[in-house]
Amino acid sequence: MRIEVNGEPRDVASATLAAAIKELGWAEARIVTAVNGDFVPLSARATQPLQDGDRIEVLTPMQGG
Amino acid sequence: MLFYGTELSSRLMLGTAQYPSPAIMEDAFRRSGASVATVSLRREGGRGQGFWDIISGLGVHVLPNTAGCHSAKEAVTTARMAREMFETNWIKLEVIGHSDTLQPDPFGLLDAAETLSAERFEVFPYTTEDQVLAQRLLDAGCKVLMPWGAPIGSGLGLNNRHGLRMLRAAFPDVPMVIDAGIGMPSHAAEAMEMGFDAVLLNTAVAQAGDPAAMAQAFGQAIEAGRMARGADPMAPRDMAVPSTPVIGKAWL
Repeated sequence: MRIEVNGEPRDVASATLAAAIKELGWAEARIVTAVNGDFVPLSARATQPLQDGDRIEVLTPMQGG
Repeated sequence: MLFYGTELSSRLMLGTAQYPSPAIMEDAFRRSGASVATVSLRREGGRGQGFWDIISGLGVHVLPNTAGCHSAKEAVTTARMAREMFETNWIKLEVIGHSDTLQPDPFGLLDAAETLSAERFEVFPYTTEDQVLAQRLLDAGCKVLMPWGAPIGSGLGLNNRHGLRMLRAAFPDVPMVIDAGIGMPSHAAEAMEMGFDAVLLNTAVAQAGDPAAMAQAFGQAIEAGRMARGADPMAPRDMAVPSTPVIGKAWL
């Protein structure tokens, strides 16, 4: 299915957010996630289903003022 | 003065953006003695881990921000993500109302502050000097206020001294941080002399020709301003008064 990851279209086979994170190569990364504008905590990623057209944000610590 | 129960070793809160290099940023923190580092969340591009390792090594409190959020919903979602990432209830809440002035959207700010306080976040709201808004933010559960000095990144200093003085006087027991617009150490010293409890800045240090030296200057200015406030400054007066004794002056 085609989803949007950090603004870029991506094709993934995974049915859950946790699986997609792994599929996209972020299994070990220090990240936090949101789907369609809502925070999905680490504990809920495995049960968060993905659907065609979902918008995923994968964020990491960055410089800030 | 406690910030959500935390005593800070220094009243300087320093941003982590715009430095020429990570090493210079580390040096700025070391030389200034800053006790808090502000950080953000951005899309993963492979550089997050290295940055986080540097921040962890500074040994300071981390204050995540919601910079760039233009709605309460965006800011609330960002805050929830930041809490998981940084494992702190602290959040520097920014809800931006105008892209030129980067001035807070007071309505979105209050809305987000209410939601986050109910979720036990410890909110540091980036706000204006407006007293009515300040009271509403306190009513919403905020226990710290962060009034702006001037627009973010402008370096203009304290734009509305009267308004800031009134705000300080209206809420003498609320910890207040002057956040944004500080350009020179003298601005920071003045904020502390006025009775503010801390200063948060980034650009004035990071964009200086020698960021680490400027950071140290800010650290010293903030300490000087704080000490001066505690020393009960004299009241200004319009007429001159001689400081050298008049009695005993020779008749020449």
